[in-house]
Amino acid sequence: MDLLRFITCGSVDDGKSTLIGRLLYDSDSVSLDVLAALENRPSVHGTVDLALLTDGLRAEREQGITIDVAYKYFTTPRRKFIITDAPGHVQYTRNMVTGASTADLAIVLVDARQGVVEQTRRHSLIASLVGIRHFVLAVNKMDLVGNDQAVFDQIVADYAALADQLRLPHITAIPLSALLGDNVVTRSKNLSWYSGPSLLEHLETVPAFAEAAIADPRFQVQYVIRPQTNDYPDYRGYAGRIQSGQYRRGDRVHILPGGRESVIEAIEVNQREVETAAAPQAVVIRLRDDIDISRGDSLVPAGSPASVTRELEATVCWMDERPLWPGRKLLVQHHSALVKAVVSAIVYKVNVRTYGRTTADSAQLNDIVGVRLKTAVPLVVDSYQQNRATGAFILVDELSGDTLAAGLVGAVQNSFAPEALVYTS
Amino acid sequence: MSTLHFDYLDRLEAEAIHILREVAGQFERPALLFSGGKDSIVLTRLAEKAFRPGRFPFPLVHVDTGHNFPEVLAYRDELAAYLGEKLIVRRVEDTIRRQHLREPGGKFPSRNPLQTYTLLETIEEFGFDACIGGARRDEEKARAKERIFSVRDEFGQWDPRRQRPELWNIYNGRIQKGENVRVFPISNWTELDVWRYIQRENIALPSIYFGHPRTCVVLPSGQLLGLNEHLRLDATDLIVERQVRFRTVGDSTCTAAVESDAATIDDIIEDLLQAKVSERGATRLDDNISEAGMEDRKRNGYF
Repeated sequence: MDLLRFITCGSVDDGKSTLIGRLLYDSDSVSLDVLAALENRPSVHGTVDLALLTDGLRAEREQGITIDVAYKYFTTPRRKFIITDAPGHVQYTRNMVTGASTADLAIVLVDARQGVVEQTRRHSLIASLVGIRHFVLAVNKMDLVGNDQAVFDQIVADYAALADQLRLPHITAIPLSALLGDNVVTRSKNLSWYSGPSLLEHLETVPAFAEAAIADPRFQVQYVIRPQTNDYPDYRGYAGRIQSGQYRRGDRVHILPGGRESVIEAIEVNQREVETAAAPQAVVIRLRDDIDISRGDSLVPAGSPASVTRELEATVCWMDERPLWPGRKLLVQHHSALVKAVVSAIVYKVNVRTYGRTTADSAQLNDIVGVRLKTAVPLVVDSYQQNRATGAFILVDELSGDTLAAGLVGAVQNSFAPEALVYTS
Repeated sequence: MSTLHFDYLDRLEAEAIHILREVAGQFERPALLFSGGKDSIVLTRLAEKAFRPGRFPFPLVHVDTGHNFPEVLAYRDELAAYLGEKLIVRRVEDTIRRQHLREPGGKFPSRNPLQTYTLLETIEEFGFDACIGGARRDEEKARAKERIFSVRDEFGQWDPRRQRPELWNIYNGRIQKGENVRVFPISNWTELDVWRYIQRENIALPSIYFGHPRTCVVLPSGQLLGLNEHLRLDATDLIVERQVRFRTVGDSTCTAAVESDAATIDDIIEDLLQAKVSERGATRLDDNISEAGMEDRKRNGYF
């Protein structure tokens, strides 16, 4: 059984929470005591309000909205699912980026009565920006438009134009009613003109985890294991997670950013030596030579070079209430590497509605901007387009430690922004 | 190209090991909070996988309510000895004395709320900057919204509105003086995942997880509570002999048993697949107080 992580996104009142509630409920993932707690509370529909399954915090219940990213879990005989529920309102875009960053698939929820709206465009942009490859256009509340196929077809056509702009790779459109359960887990007679899979059927069969396995091999040292005991006097193991690709015993590797070379003497998984290991395994690698290697260094095979650079061009989603101005000094956390950096320029700002770019001299909360960064020591990166692991970083405030932004490395040599962002104006 | 296949447990395991190693790499004085329950036992197995043949870069810390199941304490000491790792035990009893706290009243005097005091004292005593715990997001709705690296102020408080965004698998553990971080490596595991992992790894557990005969009090809700010397019963209480097991091992005054003949881990998983009541709902008396019970306790420094 494998694992699929997906995010649900949509505007307030599109019925996201109800949809998740429905998935959990119809797949028998809600226990009786949780249902009983729901039944004790008033519901607008007279029946159990499934949205209440995900609205966790008291402030959210009081306001009837979702404040923060919530994670939910369910399992079918075919898959384990991790659902990220990201809030719909404009001011919480940072939560959407957070939720989307770990997702393999995005469900973009549209109210059949409203069609594609500004939030739809924003959410699709963010999901595509963070590298989600599989999209479900879930046209909800079909019952409220008389289950009319023409309404669905028009929304699908509208979305196709947007998807074309963003070059979304895989889109599946499904008409449904979360409230009634139509086409969520089981296909509905109410929508007999639709011959595709139900939402759950699609989620169970869509391919997961294609990219990491075929990308170039990348491994970053998290921690150095040196027991210095009688049994292991000279043992020195580099513990970390294979970020992408595969490693083999005997591989010749560069230690970056330093640049020295060695050969993999052994790969250990749970103290057993293996010939081969692959993403996302957590391993210990031992090298033939005694080289000074520390946390944050990368072991990169000779045949698949990474970019070692102090100058980064990146797309950044700014998540702090205080704006970003050029010249700002901060920290770049690139997985286990933490380095000082300065934002040397803000090059453009993305218009999340038109997907065009405008010039900008600063970035406000929830802005998506193109920046140039200069780091104190070199980082070992790939473009985010090529590698979702090594192309990702966060920006951190040196004093408070707060996470300020999500960063995606742009083309490491020539062109600037991720391919998905194209001019439209 | 790839002939390696990883199932969902492999992925959850790799994620948890990665998180444990980030704790080791980012913090000066981390600790692993060990309750003797299955979730913290799984954490010790994951720590072996993360750090052997080296030592754990953190001690095991047990906040002892004094209301423990004796089987769990015995297990705790055996496990610490087997691992050869340092075990620190701090007692709620001592905190009550030192801080002149009031012992909980009522028939079922749970010391769960008092654990927070002892935990905060212990964090201060050792200067822990990160505390690893076995909480899971599927346990409760407030937990579903907590980060894997959860920053707490010096009072241990969690502010859900001020959480850091947690992007990709990049964990930001940078804190200011006085703050500390709670780290939850098995956030994304469900109760069933934990059991399947225990089954796969063949992990030994305290005996109370398996079906055994026990003298129990029947609560008005119908739940069963193992009889122990901390309960203040009266003549109206119904005492019965039942074959039971525990799904969690918290404070024995508020951790209910479920009727079960499950003798093996396979049986327990079978039980769970049939079960229609959530882990906390089945076994915790204190969460039912208010629906926001867990949220309030977390805000105030509880795990």
